[in-house]
Amino acid sequence: MMRGNSTLAKAPRKAKTSAPAAQANSETEDFALRSLQQELEKQKRFAASDEQMLHFYEQMLLIRRFEERAGQLYGLGLIGGFCHLYIGQEAVAIGLQSALDNDRDSVITGYRDHGHMLAYGIDPKVIMAELTGRQAGISKGKGGSMHMFSTEHKFYGGHGIVGAQVALGGGLALAHQYNEDGGLCLAYFGDGAANQGQVYETMNMASLWNLPIVFVVENNQYAMGTAVKRSSAETEFYRRGTAFRIPGMDVNGMDVLEVRQAAEIAFKHVRDGNGPVLMECNTYRYRGHSMSDPAKYRTREEVQDYRDHKDPIEAIKKLLIEQGKSEDELKTIDKDIRKIVSEAADFAENSPEPDPAELYTDVLVEEY
Amino acid sequence: MAIELKMPALSPTMEEGTLAKWLKQEGDAIEIGDIIAEIETDKATMEFEAVDEGTLGKIMVAEGTEGVKVGEVIAMLAGEGEDASDIEAPSPDDTKVEDKPGEGKDVGQDDADGSITPEKPKSEPKSDPEIPAGTNMLTISVREALRDGMAEEMRRDERVFVMGEEVAEYQGAYKVTQGLLDEFGPKRVIDTPITEYGFAGIGTGAAMGGLRPIVEFMTFNFAMQAIDHIINSAAKTNYMSGGQMRCPVVFRGPNGAASRVGAQHSQNYGPWYASVPGLIVIAPYDSSDAKGLMKAAIRSEDPVVFLENELVYGRSFELPQLDDHVLPIGKARIVREGSDVTIVSYSIGVGFSLEAAEKLAEEGIEAEVIDLRTLRPLDKQTILDSLAKTNRLVIAEEGWPTCSIASEVTAICMEEGFDHLDAPVLRVCNEDVPLPYAANLEKLALIDAPRIVEAAKKVCYRD
Repeated sequence: MMRGNSTLAKAPRKAKTSAPAAQANSETEDFALRSLQQELEKQKRFAASDEQMLHFYEQMLLIRRFEERAGQLYGLGLIGGFCHLYIGQEAVAIGLQSALDNDRDSVITGYRDHGHMLAYGIDPKVIMAELTGRQAGISKGKGGSMHMFSTEHKFYGGHGIVGAQVALGGGLALAHQYNEDGGLCLAYFGDGAANQGQVYETMNMASLWNLPIVFVVENNQYAMGTAVKRSSAETEFYRRGTAFRIPGMDVNGMDVLEVRQAAEIAFKHVRDGNGPVLMECNTYRYRGHSMSDPAKYRTREEVQDYRDHKDPIEAIKKLLIEQGKSEDELKTIDKDIRKIVSEAADFAENSPEPDPAELYTDVLVEEY
Repeated sequence: MAIELKMPALSPTMEEGTLAKWLKQEGDAIEIGDIIAEIETDKATMEFEAVDEGTLGKIMVAEGTEGVKVGEVIAMLAGEGEDASDIEAPSPDDTKVEDKPGEGKDVGQDDADGSITPEKPKSEPKSDPEIPAGTNMLTISVREALRDGMAEEMRRDERVFVMGEEVAEYQGAYKVTQGLLDEFGPKRVIDTPITEYGFAGIGTGAAMGGLRPIVEFMTFNFAMQAIDHIINSAAKTNYMSGGQMRCPVVFRGPNGAASRVGAQHSQNYGPWYASVPGLIVIAPYDSSDAKGLMKAAIRSEDPVVFLENELVYGRSFELPQLDDHVLPIGKARIVREGSDVTIVSYSIGVGFSLEAAEKLAEEGIEAEVIDLRTLRPLDKQTILDSLAKTNRLVIAEEGWPTCSIASEVTAICMEEGFDHLDAPVLRVCNEDVPLPYAANLEKLALIDAPRIVEAAKKVCYRD
């Protein structure tokens, strides 16, 4: 049977035996559910090479500067509708996606998706041009900020309905298993989406069928304006897989090295055929939920504390300086990134809008 | 170079706001992320955050100023090595954001420049392939025809698989998937838990990932739990991705009223799905169409909603014995020719219409019966051609009348066939109530042949 559950990491299915055996089973079960976390505790941070570290820094900085510019373009009326910025959460996408095998693995996320695309090295110009609704945008200007895709990179969106991407990600994982391509699906969702029913419907089937999927809760503490504590009976999201026998991991999402280390452990577990993992990355969004968010649900001090003491980019910068990088070298990187972002913004502003004929294209693939 | 700080749009609808308070003064050093000012919109007070560093130069809009237009320069920011006091304010002419049509913040609100190119003309309407003379005709139930269609496509294409509640070991709640597990094994015939939203999403995602899922809903009533994935995920993604994301999934199962199962289990979703761009909606009546269109649906690159009917599963019809019986999507079929009145129908309604046509013939009225077969895209031409011939048209639909396929066909006749009409188009639909359980009330609520006969006679002025 393809979908059996004969894997070693999972506890036996039936625990209703005699008392001592039940106890032993329950211990095994606990261990299985906690084993990945215990492995992470042994060594929390990824031993990155100098080159890798510098690359993490550059990628996170690119996301930060890109998003700041997107916010600015929104203010100028060049970007319309909803626009959800990733500022503060950069370490999550970079830490996880740097550990993927891009020839095999797929990624899917919700509407706060700019950072995940940049993490792939997708040209910032076509992303920014999508935000401004231009023909050169990655979705020809027809998707916008929330609906961007790159099948070439196995990036499957960019979905606007909270939680929908989790079930779709389950389907991508099913395709990996069906095709026996060795790939896994990385499915991101927020602490808000974590209360949608379909997330648990998917976890149940993913565990039942042993699908190669890593569920990642990007817990940025607020579902729009609702703090986690006000919306969630269990605020430790990594525990929410236990009902489905999915091991959980509790990760500091403000530290790119810890996220990367967790990714290594989780991906190995999944690739070894052990079924899904649920990883919670605790992070923080500096900006509002979307653009028109007065952020009255939290204090300015709280935001400032994250910026001053927990910023993922500053943390890596500090490490780089400790390792002997000079301020000048880092300044040059900063300058280069500003240039890339400026060019992307200029491109996005000056590219033509979609041809009116595009209104009717791509509705259906075939003609009937 | 000095940077102009402009009045930001803080919401999608904001056009102007009040500059409530400056939190930084001229000459202050500004770091990225500093809150420079507070701005009041119609909805809330928002903080205006710096995205560049430098020194705050001239403040151009005093605090307390109301009605500051979005895009107006409110202050200048001196960059590194610049003297804030030297910065020239831009002339007032430059401060307004010009709203050129087709550009900038009102994109989509102004008239788009250039005329909209209409949809490219469709290729010649396809018609059913000729059945070669001497082809053996089998008599087969709709249930078996559907199963055979799926099985043939599963043999032909390894990517095709079936998932749903009770499709495998139980052999299908209505036995439509009978035998598939034995032939194709559990990898390709997958029993799901009772979790429609979840497995519809997984099926849709698997299609995005390159497979060809057939997602069975035990009935389409339960697909309401999953309709978000059918519409928001499956139907729209190709468009939203500029044509990158394919979603070749088939959602299938029985639709419409069954027998004595009450309101929650008796509804026709044809009009619901047929209203959604990006979906193909098929609702066959007989065995030949069920098989031929099922095969076409599975081969289609687009997401398909395939609406079957429980009461028709057991009916047997002739099916040509061909190696590869595939029928065109989007093409109606004239199932009975006639010259006096056109009866348009689909699914179980076709049976009632044919019954009505026989009764009408006894009274000397020759009815032409059209089976739409595909509800989206709708084959307007076949309807209009028939109307041009008969000049009278009735639509028979087992479903509610309001916002129905019948309403849609009526609109098409008004818009494109008005000159051919000799009488108003009439709808024969179910009563506009939730379907009752009691046998007599249920019978009263559903369409039947006598009601179609009555309507047809009315448009022929033969009461």
